[in-house]
Amino acid sequence: MGATHLPSTEFDGTELDDQLEAQAEAALGVPPTEMVQLLGPDGTLGTHSVFSEYVERLDAEKLRGFYADMAAIRRFDQEATALQRQGQLALWVPLTGQEAAQIGSGRASQPQDYIFPTYREHGVALTRNVDLAELLKQFRGVSNGGWNPKDTNFHLYTLVLAAQTPHAVGYAMGIQRDQRLAEAQGVEGSAEPKAAVMVYFGDGASSEGDVHESMVFASSYNAPVVFFCQNNHWAISVPTAVQTRIPLSNRAKGYGFPGIRVDGNDVIAVHAVTEWALEHARQGNGPVLIEAFTYRVGAHTTADDPTKYRESSEEALWREKDPLDRLEKYLRAEGMADEAFFAKVAAEGDELAAYIRKSTYASDAPDIRTAFANTYVEAHPLVAEELAWFEEYSAGFAGGDEGEGAGR
Amino acid sequence: MTTMTIAKAINEGLRATLSHNPKSLLMGEDIGPLGGVYRVTDGLIGEFGPDRVVDTPLAESGIIGTAIGLALRGYLPVAEIQFDGFVFPGFNQITTQLAKMHSRSNGNLTVPVVIRIPYGGGIGSIEHHSESPEALFAHTPGLRIITPSNPHDAYWMIQQAVNCQDPVIVFEPKRRYWLKGEVDTESAGSAEDPFKANVVREGTDATVVVYGPLVPVALAAANAAAEDGRSIEVIDLRSISPIDFDAIEASVKKTGRLVVAHEAPTFGGIGGEIAARISERAFLSLEAPVIRVGGFHMPYPVAKIEEDYLPDIDRILEALDRTFAY
Repeated sequence: MGATHLPSTEFDGTELDDQLEAQAEAALGVPPTEMVQLLGPDGTLGTHSVFSEYVERLDAEKLRGFYADMAAIRRFDQEATALQRQGQLALWVPLTGQEAAQIGSGRASQPQDYIFPTYREHGVALTRNVDLAELLKQFRGVSNGGWNPKDTNFHLYTLVLAAQTPHAVGYAMGIQRDQRLAEAQGVEGSAEPKAAVMVYFGDGASSEGDVHESMVFASSYNAPVVFFCQNNHWAISVPTAVQTRIPLSNRAKGYGFPGIRVDGNDVIAVHAVTEWALEHARQGNGPVLIEAFTYRVGAHTTADDPTKYRESSEEALWREKDPLDRLEKYLRAEGMADEAFFAKVAAEGDELAAYIRKSTYASDAPDIRTAFANTYVEAHPLVAEELAWFEEYSAGFAGGDEGEGAGR
Repeated sequence: MTTMTIAKAINEGLRATLSHNPKSLLMGEDIGPLGGVYRVTDGLIGEFGPDRVVDTPLAESGIIGTAIGLALRGYLPVAEIQFDGFVFPGFNQITTQLAKMHSRSNGNLTVPVVIRIPYGGGIGSIEHHSESPEALFAHTPGLRIITPSNPHDAYWMIQQAVNCQDPVIVFEPKRRYWLKGEVDTESAGSAEDPFKANVVREGTDATVVVYGPLVPVALAAANAAAEDGRSIEVIDLRSISPIDFDAIEASVKKTGRLVVAHEAPTFGGIGGEIAARISERAFLSLEAPVIRVGGFHMPYPVAKIEEDYLPDIDRILEALDRTFAY
């Protein structure tokens, strides 16, 4: 049976193909498989037919801010790793190498946007003003969350790979409905700024069915969502080649929306591309997939050993593409930052580390009564019965002292 | 009072929900123009439009996952899973995400998602269309599970599920969709707490606890037993999580004997939990061990032999005989 026998009522495959190709090219100015890079490893800034316009929005202060953020989160990462080695954290998920992907994209979001991270987005958390000490609570084993997402529109970390991706699409579908409700109620150009959702996941998670289902839903409903895939090349010990045979950004085409591959170690390019994508989504043009091509320089978590699964020469090669080094070169070359600035950033990093250390030591176990309280929203007889038993049981140990120390 | 089928009662309950709450919406496969494979959502897309009655892609994890996202944004999604055996692609989202979101956010987030699942056998269907997986969800803290057995409950319980701030799974007894009964749609006071059991037949000699599709079976068994001079109390559990143990305990303290019946496999099922709890709570009131009646430890069998698998009147009577033998 040839193609001529297939039903022709849906759409002409070739036409759609061309349309998507054109759409992607129009956005990128180049074929979609090419990687957008603005700031090279040598610290020189190139141009791009579409994204240079976004670079023009960046002034020296913003660029210095990018650097300060990247340096702060790298320092935080070092401190958290040290805290894990000291036994203060059960586990740590290092981000070193991915600072540009996270700071560049996070800084492109606006307060009304909602962000769904996976579990390595410490840099994005920083850009959303999450208290980083709260972020460590999960890794210390004193909370399964740690912060209130409603305060910053930065959702909790999700450990089940890709499970947050359909949440993001559903949230984006909610944004669409909010806008339509506001329009129906005659709220002219509603006071609320238009919002989008950004969801982070890795190259490993891209193999999960939830990513596929999310992209189908996002496309079907034209939801305002940006899928931000940090391709850091290793899903614990399994290389990207086992997850995909094509650039991950190309997959977007199969769903019918633009995919962009960007140099994930180039904070300027990541910022430009993400700003474009979020604006695209907010304006009602539907989803975008960004693949940030980057590298996890350290271990997947403090529990694994990269020397068992990859060559150190590979790490060395990527260290040469370091996101901080290249921005530092650029800032110095352009006279946007001097020695005093870098010294100040370093000092602030030490202050942050001291704060993190102190807060972590002080971060103590919760009372198990909070777990009883938060299992359900509404009263639940089984929880009440078990709590009553627990109270009586605890009281027996404490000599009538109201179960002091219970649950510790 | 109006007479209608369970399917129609759920339809009317959903219609009332969509009318009263602009943030509520339905989502699922084929629930739009088709009105669902059981026509439970019949006509609703015409009244409320495709934003409120959403025909989704064929993807259970996507349906549950996006429902979670909508709930996080302040919406009240009612997701339909087309058949019991198809919930498993969405199992991960239900158990690792939906059930835990409130807890893991330290109480900051609520996800009031309702999931409707037609369940149970007896309709002569093919593989994956006749299962009773309720115990798998009841074992998961954070979820609430209810199952109506009559049109009045069906009408009210779906609305109460939507109003509940916790995630609620509504298991709908599909072989009873066409069961007719009276529904009082007027008085909100006629709606019982959906998490409380109902004594649907009073008796003094033994208690039979059932839910969903087996309620009419248990009532018929009780009538048959009455001909032998045995007074059987029948409790419609209505809520599988939480379970109204107070109601069961009170009944057992009166009758001294307990039989629990469900379609799901006996091993590891809800019946075992009830037997254990009642043994703890009312051991001295029991004249006999709690007897369980359920499906066998096998995948739900092919339709041509499902009558041998499903608990029926005789299986419940046999269990009653065993309890009276002590």
